[in-house]
Amino acid sequence: MLSKRIISCLDVRNGKLAKSVKFVNTKDIGDPVVTAQKYYEYGIDELVFYDITASSDNRNIMIDVVSEVASKIFIPFSVGGGLRTVEDCTKVRLAGAEKINVNTAAVNNPDLITAASQTLGAQAVVLSMDVLSVPVSSQIPSGYQIVTHGGRTQTGIDAIEWAKKGEKLGAGELVVNSIDADGTKNGYEINLTRMIADAVSIPVIASGGGGKPQHLYEVLTEGHADAALIASMLHYGEYTVKQIKDYLKQRGIKIRST
Amino acid sequence: MIIIVDYEAGNITSVKRALDYLNIPSKISPDPDEVINAERIIFPGVGHAAAAMKVLQQRKLDTALKQAFLKGTPILGICIGTQIILSHSEEGNTNCLGLIDGECLKFSFNDKSLKIPHIGWNSISIQKNHPVLKSIKPGDEFYFVHSYYPNPSDSKSVLAVCDYGITFAAVIAKTNLIATQFHPEKSGPVGLKLLTGFSQWNGSYAE
Repeated sequence: MLSKRIISCLDVRNGKLAKSVKFVNTKDIGDPVVTAQKYYEYGIDELVFYDITASSDNRNIMIDVVSEVASKIFIPFSVGGGLRTVEDCTKVRLAGAEKINVNTAAVNNPDLITAASQTLGAQAVVLSMDVLSVPVSSQIPSGYQIVTHGGRTQTGIDAIEWAKKGEKLGAGELVVNSIDADGTKNGYEINLTRMIADAVSIPVIASGGGGKPQHLYEVLTEGHADAALIASMLHYGEYTVKQIKDYLKQRGIKIRST
Repeated sequence: MIIIVDYEAGNITSVKRALDYLNIPSKISPDPDEVINAERIIFPGVGHAAAAMKVLQQRKLDTALKQAFLKGTPILGICIGTQIILSHSEEGNTNCLGLIDGECLKFSFNDKSLKIPHIGWNSISIQKNHPVLKSIKPGDEFYFVHSYYPNPSDSKSVLAVCDYGITFAAVIAKTNLIATQFHPEKSGPVGLKLLTGFSQWNGSYAE
C-alpha cells in the first residue's frame, strides 16, 4: 500500500532559506542545503523548494542550490518559483530536480503546463495553486478562487475548475495551497483539499496551515490528501519529522519508516 | 566502472549523482561499444516506452545491451529500463528488448481513490533472495513513479512484489540482469544500499 507523504517546503530567497507568514514579512532562517540534508536524514519523504528571489539576476543562485541538493540528498524534490518557460523548467530538471512546480506562470499561460508535461513527462510537472476563499458566486461556484502574486491578485478562476483543467493539460500532481490558512498553524483547509482531491485523479498535496501533527492527520484522512506539506513546524524546531511520522503511524496512517 | 546507458531518458544524472556520492566510479555513455565492453551497466529511464526504444535503436544500444546481457555483464534496469527489457509494452504498443519474457501492462482501477501514476513510497515484499537485495529489509520502502508495470511470463523471474490495487512485480531478474520498477537513486538510504549491492555483484544468480 502506498504511503502518505510528508513533504517539507523550503522557501529560498537569494540562496537562503526563508519562511513567509501570510506571504509578507519574510525573514531568513538558514541555509537551504544544510536544512534539506537534515530533513533527509530525519526521514522526510520529499522536498519542495520555492525560489522567492525578487530579482531575476539572482536566479542562477537557485540553480546552484538545486544542483547541490541533488548531489547530497536522494529523495524526490521539486523546484518552483519564477519558472515561466519550458526552458526554465528544463534547466531546473537538468540541475537535478525530480519535478518542476508552476503556479502564476501557468495561470497566465496554461499552455506552459502542456508544454512542460510533453517535454519532461507528466510525472515531473506539479501545478501549485494558491487559493483564497470568497463568497460563492456564479463565477466562483465553489467559493474558492485562484489567486496569484502571493494572494494579491484575484484571477476570477474557480479553484475546482482550475484543478480539473490543470490535470487535463498534463499536470502530474497538484499542490493546493490555502492562502487563508498559510502561516496560521491552525490547520489545513480541509474542505478545499477534499473538494479538489475528489475532483481529480492525480495526487493532491495539501499546503498551508500545518502547525501540529493532528493537522496532518486531518488533511490526510478527512481532506483526502495524498501528501501534506509542512514548513514552519519543522523549520522552527517545534516538531521533528520522526515525531510527526510516529503520531500519524500510531493513528493508522501508512507512513514510510526510516 | 559502471556505464550508465545514455538514451535521453530523464533520470540519468540522478543515477550518476547517487553513484558519485557513493564513490562508485561511473560514466554516462551513449556509445554501444562502451556498453558492450562495460564491466557493469545501469540502464535507467523515465519516459515513454516507444520513444525510449526509438532512441535505443537509433544509437544501436538495443543490440549492444543484448550482447552485454548474453556475455554475462551485470546489468541493473530502472523504471522504463525495467519495462523495456521485457518483450512488449502496452505503452504505445511497443516491441521491446525481450531480455526477459513478458510484457508491460497499464494500471487500470475501478477504485478511483487509486491514482495513476502510482507516485510515492511503497514497501516491497521480497519473494526470493538475490545478492543485490541482501541489505534490503522487510518493509523497506522505495520511491515509485509509473503508470505501467512489469509482468514477466515466468513467475520465477519475480524477486519482489509491491501492492498497489494489484500485486505487481517490483524487482525482476534473470541470470546477470536485475531490474527495479522503483527508483533506487531516489529512494534514500535503502536505495543507495541497493546501488551499492549492485556495484559489488559479480552477476551470478542461481534462479
